[in-house]
Amino acid sequence: MHLSDGDRSMLEGEQGDAAGFAMQIVTAFAEAVGADALLDISRAHIDGCLYHGAVSLDFVERLVAGGGRVRVPTTLNVGSLDLIHPELVHLPAEEQRPAERLMRVHEALGCQPSFTCAPYQTLFRPAFGEQIAWGESNAIVFANSVIGARTNRYGDFVDLCCAMTGRAPAWGLHLDAGRRGQILFRLSGFPASQAPTDSLFIAIGLIVGRRSGERIPVIEGLPRPRDEDQLKALGAAAASTGAVALFHAVGITPEAATLGDAFAGGTPEETIVITPAGVTEALVELSSVPAGSPLTAICLGTPHFSRAEWDRLLVLLRQTQPTRPIPIYVNTDRAVLQQLEAEGAFRNLTDWRLIPVADTCTYITAILEKLDGVVMTNSGKWAHYAPGNIGVRVAFGELEECVASAAAGRVIRGVA
Amino acid sequence: MRRPAKVYVAGEAEAAMIVLSVPLSFWGGIDAATGRIIDHSHPALGTSIAGRILVMPSGRGSSSSSSVLAETIRRGTGPRGIVLAHPDPILTVGAIVAGALYDLRCPIVICSIDGLRSGDILRVSAAVPDAAEICLIESLHAH
Repeated sequence: MHLSDGDRSMLEGEQGDAAGFAMQIVTAFAEAVGADALLDISRAHIDGCLYHGAVSLDFVERLVAGGGRVRVPTTLNVGSLDLIHPELVHLPAEEQRPAERLMRVHEALGCQPSFTCAPYQTLFRPAFGEQIAWGESNAIVFANSVIGARTNRYGDFVDLCCAMTGRAPAWGLHLDAGRRGQILFRLSGFPASQAPTDSLFIAIGLIVGRRSGERIPVIEGLPRPRDEDQLKALGAAAASTGAVALFHAVGITPEAATLGDAFAGGTPEETIVITPAGVTEALVELSSVPAGSPLTAICLGTPHFSRAEWDRLLVLLRQTQPTRPIPIYVNTDRAVLQQLEAEGAFRNLTDWRLIPVADTCTYITAILEKLDGVVMTNSGKWAHYAPGNIGVRVAFGELEECVASAAAGRVIRGVA
Repeated sequence: MRRPAKVYVAGEAEAAMIVLSVPLSFWGGIDAATGRIIDHSHPALGTSIAGRILVMPSGRGSSSSSSVLAETIRRGTGPRGIVLAHPDPILTVGAIVAGALYDLRCPIVICSIDGLRSGDILRVSAAVPDAAEICLIESLHAH
């Protein structure tokens, strides 16, 4: 592998103990993936705030002790706690302490205390073509696909080491050759009037994730999305059922103006047809209860709710009069929440049981009051992971159905 | 029987092998407290990797496996060394982090794993931390 003078200087510890340690890990990772060089990155997003044991904390504290400092703007993914609303998380004190310490100690390295899984909808959004090193599967797929920034799937330790060195292995999705489509998904049999519903995008994401394997998917025939949040939902679903880090949607995403562009002149290794029946089937699998079932809560905001998603929700809440309201948990970025509060956006909603959650997510930590009931969500990712992670049963629906169900305390279907 | 191997993480180890025909994800696949395989879909479910040299075709799954491998090494429930047929960046990082933080070495080498058998003793001498270096690993029959 070719190292620059700067890389070698860091590796030999000339730029501090922490940078040397981080460069040792970046180069070892690069050797293992077969990269022949490193390249500069301009941003990082660190998925290191969930506690996997003492090693999680020991690693970051070692970097702090070695005088470490991130070299590029670096955001943090969610942690196990809501530092804005600590009372929401029901963890025993001995689990809270290291989890909180882990979140705080990253700040000592110069990371932004963003604690969001949607860094692409913050001030730290990268631009088209930027080389970045990001962790968190939904953020990776959004950055690559919707923005056209370039990152591989980084994670544990390596994302932070890239941030500490400003370097990443030059391989895979950082390079043109690694970004061309390999497998084609063609929508077929849908009426011309097919509405671009959230659930359509989510179902396609679930199918694409399941069938792509390690190959880069290209989707043809996708209706024009209402906004980028629908592509966010598609990517998050695809990264839940599979390992998708980049998808191209022909005529929609920036590197796929045409089918030819998406495959960079090559041909698909395989073509899979997605039909309306396939979409229905994928959605049915997300729900384990029938319409009318009593609900204990609604969970929204996986990935974290954007400002545009909040605006859609707030309009629906104001249009509906709840009769038997149940808690509506909404995971979101602390900066978005702060802005909504400053604008008084939650005024006159006292008939609802609206519970904004910041810094974490309702499927990874102990927030929900009752886990023995059914929870409704509009998120394909939440519906995919929550039964395994926290043991709840799930009903999946559109945002409109979630609000109607929240008002009635039971699953309501067919609200447009 | 001696064979050449490529060193991804340096270290010395000698222990009985556990040879897995199916790749194992440490995250969700290993209980860090005991070193037992807890992945219900894995054919070696219930077997312990603690103190053994883990031999498998490749790594698999989530990047959180780096943390889980490092945590098992820290607790002494992890493998003594790892032999893979294909390099794995996730496990490489986990073993390097454990070495740097705790001075506990879990060498990782890449070579053909044909003919390696569970229970036989394997000696890995991978002193030089250079992936270009070739070391010899030696398998001895169990006594």
